[in-house]
Amino acid sequence: MSKTSRSATKSLVRKLLFSVVAMFGFGFAMVPLYDVICDITGLNGKTGDQTVAVQEPTSIGERLITVQFLAQNGAGMDWAFGANEAQVKVHPGEVKVVSYRAKNSHNYAMTGQAIPSVAPNEAARYLKKLECFCFQEQVLQPGEQVDMGIRFFIDESIPEHITKLTLSYSLFDITDYETSETAVTLR
Amino acid sequence: MSAAHDDHHHGPAKGISRWLFTTNHKDIGSLYLWFSFAMFLLGGTFAMVIRAELFQPGLQLVEPNFFNQMTTMHGLIMVFGAVMPAFVGLANWMIPMMIGAPDMALPRMNNWSFWILPFAFAMLSSTLLMEGGAPNFGWTFYAPLSTTYAPASVTFFIFAVHIMGASSIMGSINIIATILNMRAPGMTLMKMPLFVWTWLITAYLLIAVMPVLAGVVTMMLFDIHFGTSFFNAAGGGDPVLFQHVFWFFGHPEVYIMILPAFGVVSAIIPTFARKRLFGYDSMVYATASIAFLSFIVWAHHMFTVGMPIAGELFFMYATMLIAVPTGVKVFNWVATMFRGSMTFETPMLFAIAFVVLFTMGGFTGLMLAITPADFQYHDTYFVVAHFHYVLVPGAVFSIMAATYYWLPKWTGYMYDERLGKLHFWLSFIGVNVLFFPQHFLGLAGMPRRIPDYALQFADFNWISSVGGFLFGASQLILLFVVIKCVKGGKKATAQVWEGAQGLEWTVESPAPYHTFTTPPDPKLIHAQ
Repeated sequence: MSKTSRSATKSLVRKLLFSVVAMFGFGFAMVPLYDVICDITGLNGKTGDQTVAVQEPTSIGERLITVQFLAQNGAGMDWAFGANEAQVKVHPGEVKVVSYRAKNSHNYAMTGQAIPSVAPNEAARYLKKLECFCFQEQVLQPGEQVDMGIRFFIDESIPEHITKLTLSYSLFDITDYETSETAVTLR
Repeated sequence: MSAAHDDHHHGPAKGISRWLFTTNHKDIGSLYLWFSFAMFLLGGTFAMVIRAELFQPGLQLVEPNFFNQMTTMHGLIMVFGAVMPAFVGLANWMIPMMIGAPDMALPRMNNWSFWILPFAFAMLSSTLLMEGGAPNFGWTFYAPLSTTYAPASVTFFIFAVHIMGASSIMGSINIIATILNMRAPGMTLMKMPLFVWTWLITAYLLIAVMPVLAGVVTMMLFDIHFGTSFFNAAGGGDPVLFQHVFWFFGHPEVYIMILPAFGVVSAIIPTFARKRLFGYDSMVYATASIAFLSFIVWAHHMFTVGMPIAGELFFMYATMLIAVPTGVKVFNWVATMFRGSMTFETPMLFAIAFVVLFTMGGFTGLMLAITPADFQYHDTYFVVAHFHYVLVPGAVFSIMAATYYWLPKWTGYMYDERLGKLHFWLSFIGVNVLFFPQHFLGLAGMPRRIPDYALQFADFNWISSVGGFLFGASQLILLFVVIKCVKGGKKATAQVWEGAQGLEWTVESPAPYHTFTTPPDPKLIHAQ
């Protein structure tokens, strides 16, 4: 190989290596990107980062929307966990309080974390939570049973065709996760 | 330059060190090809276990968990160990000779990128002997099945994938540098053989997506060992994210396995039709279009995860759009054969079978692209039939066609045409008996990756298994033909095939250890 083609090869290889590093970074960039896209579009039924931004509603709408409540245990979790109300009917803008019940029947303390999901996905961003047990970790002592509340309302801008939505919680055992930061990053 | 100059006048080193320390593109090409054939037999053995278990309903031979290990290892080894290294091997052997270059641009890295592969696959295969068994979560290793519920050996799998990725990336950098910087004077980009073009585009695809694959397995590693929650819902992650990142790699990956095949077929068909390739320019543009589209269709693998209608429509239409450049290619091959003086030597038989059967696989792909229909086909044997039609009589047949086509150039002897034809016909019949009934099984609702099935699927599974055994056994003929051809036979001429065009046919057979140490006469380079 001549000198010129050797230096051309060097600079080409440098560029290609840079692309490799950039694409490796892009793989990781997909993680926040995915969350952002889901936030904007409400694609995956996550209820969004509302702990800070949500304001109490000011007016109450006419329509009546059915909100259903589901509960399930994630893998490895065996608390008795369920909604105290199967469903409620609310007007958009009306603040409702409902609760879930959880019981730890083990003889040791456990920490649970509930992860919400809304169906249909597009309804997720109109369900606004003012308070939710999913904002905190739940520490239950041996045999302890608690009622855990949610204060929420439905945003008035909810599209006409959505008349019913389902809020579902999956409860996960996070006893072994030492960090208490999870609740902060969770929605 | 004096060291390089000395090289030109002696042949290969003797003994094992020739292969361990070689920087010669032909040696490394041979290493890649032999390695990939070994992996083809290993992955094929796993497939035989799968087909033997599915021969009749009920559990006869293996435990369900071992069955899952077999499907996983079969997929991983065939994709990363057999098909990809085979194409890299062909690239190593042929690209420098096709563009009139003395060797690859980065010969030492070339040695390195091959020699890490055996370690990667030794590590991957060793998981079969570990406590808890080999990975059993499918070659797509969806989280959390591959994280929370994975056997302990998953970490070895992750590092094996890292090494394979590093090997592919180094190989691609080498190929791009060779093609862009080492072409002989007069070899303009639009005069390059299509095999070189398709590999150039494939190498760019590899550079774009192999790092993403490395990223996704790294995320798995962190989830498993360092308490992160990329894919763990309990910690705020999302398992669907895994599928997005994986298929962002995965869809370009399937084109990585087929674009070089297009190049091989575009070399063989003109030779045996004794006509110039029809529509060379459109072939180049079609390849580039397919490569571009491959980045924006990934979610068609995951229509059922619950995307909004707009997303499903976008991915459906984008996927269907790929049929256009692919159709251009198929019509070009047919037009090349049209009114050609065709002869049907073994490479041509494989190439024609490729065109017909790959097109069938393409059509079932179109069926799968239809979102509402995909909800029915998803995760059934219809999908298995589809991707095996594009990968076995597609990619694998093209590799076999390439082997027969260039074998006389590599060894200096003609292979046994009678045995080659026998190999072709047994493979052709075997592959269709093997995979065609799987379409019916899938449409009838048989899920993929199950060791046992409902009774109504028994007959087609029985037929499919018989085809599988036939196809598997016939590959030993290929091994025999290659060994026989290496050992001797009728001397091959420099041009080998009457209609063969291109620089690689201007050097004697077998190709000398060093070729084009001085650039070829530009007059030898003609328009494609």
